[in-house]
Amino acid sequence: MSRPEFQAPPEIYYGDTEAKKYTNNSRIQQIQADMTYRALELLSLPSDQPALLLDIGCGSGLSGEILDEEGYNWVGVDIAPSMLEVALEREVEGDLFLQDIGQGFGFRPGSFDGAISISVIQWLLNAETSHPTSSPPHRLTRFFTTLHAALRNPSRAIFQFYPTSDDQVQLITSIAQKAGFGGGVVVDYPNSNKARKVFLCLFVGGGGGQQVPKGLEVDAEEDDARVKFEKARERQRKRDKSGKRKSIKDKDWILKKKELYRRRGKEGVPNDSKFTGRKRKATF
Amino acid sequence: MVRLITHNLLACHAKGCTSNNFPLQLKDVQVELRDAEYNADFLRGFISRIEWPALVDAARQLGDTSLPNEPPEMMDDDFLQKLHHVLLEIHIEEGAMICPNCAHVYPISNGIPNMLLAEHEIG
Repeated sequence: MSRPEFQAPPEIYYGDTEAKKYTNNSRIQQIQADMTYRALELLSLPSDQPALLLDIGCGSGLSGEILDEEGYNWVGVDIAPSMLEVALEREVEGDLFLQDIGQGFGFRPGSFDGAISISVIQWLLNAETSHPTSSPPHRLTRFFTTLHAALRNPSRAIFQFYPTSDDQVQLITSIAQKAGFGGGVVVDYPNSNKARKVFLCLFVGGGGGQQVPKGLEVDAEEDDARVKFEKARERQRKRDKSGKRKSIKDKDWILKKKELYRRRGKEGVPNDSKFTGRKRKATF
Repeated sequence: MVRLITHNLLACHAKGCTSNNFPLQLKDVQVELRDAEYNADFLRGFISRIEWPALVDAARQLGDTSLPNEPPEMMDDDFLQKLHHVLLEIHIEEGAMICPNCAHVYPISNGIPNMLLAEHEIG
């Protein structure tokens, strides 16, 4: 199935049925919740001060609910009326706006203590009409400049998004930098296709004191330190005393596979023990 | 669900409308009162960001005259309670917001303001 942003503009794609489906899907809820918590972690607001946050592309308020739980005041904007309707039904606490983020914000300078956005800015990368104001670079520029103005100094904006290529990441970061933001891209679980998540961490001000956080990884220690001609020796080892080839799926192979799955963040990988990969006795 | 806290942050963002575009004028509004959690620390931190005259005007327009013309020096609990009520508990459900400069109308329906611009208004 192709990506949703290729199928239709967001306000059409997230119509009544899709909005309901999206909000009631427990898997999507879980993923959105995880990403929202991670985004808040990256936002690293001081824990003792209450804050006013901007939720860009708040949708049906899945992320907003978590902001409520965490005790933040927030304002949400989204372009899909059906999603906002669902958000109203769910009685989230934040103020909701029907707004196209590509047209820019009208918020006064220094209004917000931070901004988060979960799975949204990839929607800005498609041109819907041939009008010059509808081109992705123009929309991104308008979005980032008005957002930069609306944030306090110092503060952060965290965007989780799904880029299709490195060019897109390049385009987005360069426009954000032109708008005055510092920061960069953080990739969580880069080795996994499934768990991999891209976060754009943008900083307003801070005088270079702000560091781009590290992406999450599952203990990535590679044994790159291999001796030369190891391969030949390995091939030797593959044959047993009688010269026959040994089974490939031995203990080492199983351990290697399990290690790979763990590194990719797969759940439910069995623990290693002395019984791993051991033959059963031929009792019968 | 436009509360006065967000109304106080909102200016017009149409093309070329850069001065005198704040605060947006309220028109034909219906309000609803809803209790919100009181958080004195948030209010104390936020008060420096408020455009006070705009807030007082908007509150009076909505029939709430509890706020003084100038923010008081002393932030006692009584004042913060009033501020909390004005900022966070008055919800504008229906009506419109009009830009004082370019007269763009942002209609509010069902508590959600429509901030979309037409193609020629995009900056």
